[in-house]
Amino acid sequence: MQKDSLLPTPRELAAVPEREPVDLDAAISIRGLEKRYGDFRAVDGLDLDIRRGEIFALLGPNGAGKTTTVEICEGYRKPDAGEVRVLGQDPADGGRAWKAQLGIVLQSGAGDSQLTCREMLQAQASYYPDPRDADEVLALVGLTEKAKSRGRTLSGGQRRRLDVALGIIGRPTLLFLDEPTTGFDPEARRQFWSLIRTLRELGTTMLLTTHYLDEAEALADRVGVIARGRLVEVAVPSALGGRETAPAVVSWTEHGVRRSEATATPTAFVRDLMSRFPGEVPDLAVARPTLEDVYLRMIGEPA
Amino acid sequence: MTTTTRTEVALPTVASVYRTRASVELKEFFRQRESVVFTLMFPVILLVVFGAVLDYDIGNGVTFTQYFMAGVIAAGILGASLQNMAISIATERSDGTLKSLAGTPMPKSAYFVGKIVQVLVVTLAIVVILMAIGALVYGVDLPSGSDWLTFAWVTVLGSAACTLLGIAVSSLAKNGRSASAMVTPIALVLQFISGVFFQFSQVPVWMQTIAAFFPLKWMAQGLRSVFLPDALAAQEPTGSWELGRVALVLALWCIAGLLLCVATFRWQDRGSG
Repeated sequence: MQKDSLLPTPRELAAVPEREPVDLDAAISIRGLEKRYGDFRAVDGLDLDIRRGEIFALLGPNGAGKTTTVEICEGYRKPDAGEVRVLGQDPADGGRAWKAQLGIVLQSGAGDSQLTCREMLQAQASYYPDPRDADEVLALVGLTEKAKSRGRTLSGGQRRRLDVALGIIGRPTLLFLDEPTTGFDPEARRQFWSLIRTLRELGTTMLLTTHYLDEAEALADRVGVIARGRLVEVAVPSALGGRETAPAVVSWTEHGVRRSEATATPTAFVRDLMSRFPGEVPDLAVARPTLEDVYLRMIGEPA
Repeated sequence: MTTTTRTEVALPTVASVYRTRASVELKEFFRQRESVVFTLMFPVILLVVFGAVLDYDIGNGVTFTQYFMAGVIAAGILGASLQNMAISIATERSDGTLKSLAGTPMPKSAYFVGKIVQVLVVTLAIVVILMAIGALVYGVDLPSGSDWLTFAWVTVLGSAACTLLGIAVSSLAKNGRSASAMVTPIALVLQFISGVFFQFSQVPVWMQTIAAFFPLKWMAQGLRSVFLPDALAAQEPTGSWELGRVALVLALWCIAGLLLCVATFRWQDRGSG
């Protein structure tokens, strides 16, 4: 916007809180998003920008507003207030050409079918202008042996990988993954993570919702923590909640009493401690806050 | 600023997506044992059982099986359209199939085209099997000459009305099972009071009046005009086949069904997420 003066106009000063306009070049740009279900404010003034090419994890407890936000971006729900642009387009009037650039993996999955995995992928591919090859995608998600099995014969983890296969068959620019690994065993989750990293290398932007901290930490370029319908923080995983500069906690036992001290200089503190004890400092431990500590504090739960 | 969309590759044509959906819907139907047994085989079993048990003369030298042919075809159409649509769409809505499809660039009309093709193919299969068994095993006289024309329009108009109603009714149910629990008893009652299992003239008048509000009675009556000699029109409530009224009532149900579909159709569960 062009202005004669750099000083804000009275009208701009009155507009509190002041927000930048939506970013039409971003993969997703959200300003002041609100959505109510009856008296419940599922999303309550949410701002968010997701850059093209990044993996963004929306982290939050159940009922925090993750799915509502994602489903507004996907065009399934209409916001009560605020502005949303997904690939430069308002999802509420996204047509076929816009949808052709998206891949959607719903929390509820893609439904039951009598078709085989390959048939489901081929049918889904036929809706898109430039789809991937069905067998290629089956190999990518590790379901090649299940190509001729019907959807309903798959295990939970295989079923979820089929959902992802259906989500990426159309060669999406932007992939939505709503709690993709809920119910997975640790082995299946590791496999799933490597699939997501492969997709990243193929240049897909991803918006991932999860309530697993380790998943957000392992996969995301940036993490947004959502609580009570608001984004409480956006950061790279290692810096979440000021974790990288947070004071360390040194703890030890002295005169039979467990003691602990928070300090910004743990090395110096331990050196002091060493001078007070003839040998080993009993039960010495130095701890940085874990991602979980930081997260629980941010979402307002007692740790 | 305008939107930036990938335009190098054109979207697939609507016709090609229609073909995909038609093929998907046919596979979904014929690979599911429940739907094949329930929708396709049930009318056949009815014909075999009733044909074997009730072979009395209903007047003018016409056998009950000849009469039953019209009713069982009407019941078959009802099953292939209203019951089949209500149950399958309610199932697909509750298990997320519809929601997933709505998130793809599939033209929405393609979903309905697929369903219509499924209804048409299943209806044709039911009609062919019923007529073949009727003619070969029970000596039923098949329609001749212009009767085929009447047969065709009654079948098409009747299944159109019932398909639209089935799609509308699917929105009332929570899932496939509740749709089945809702629709199956209604269909059964309608079959009893619409002259499918008994001669319509033997149904109490107040039940005939209730039946006259629904499409099944008019489908069965239209089909009786095809399978029975005109002398038996005297047994109908007004003493004639009333083909004009058959067309009118079925057409009205088509319009009502379409309006209900437009007003009630949902691509996702109420209150999901």
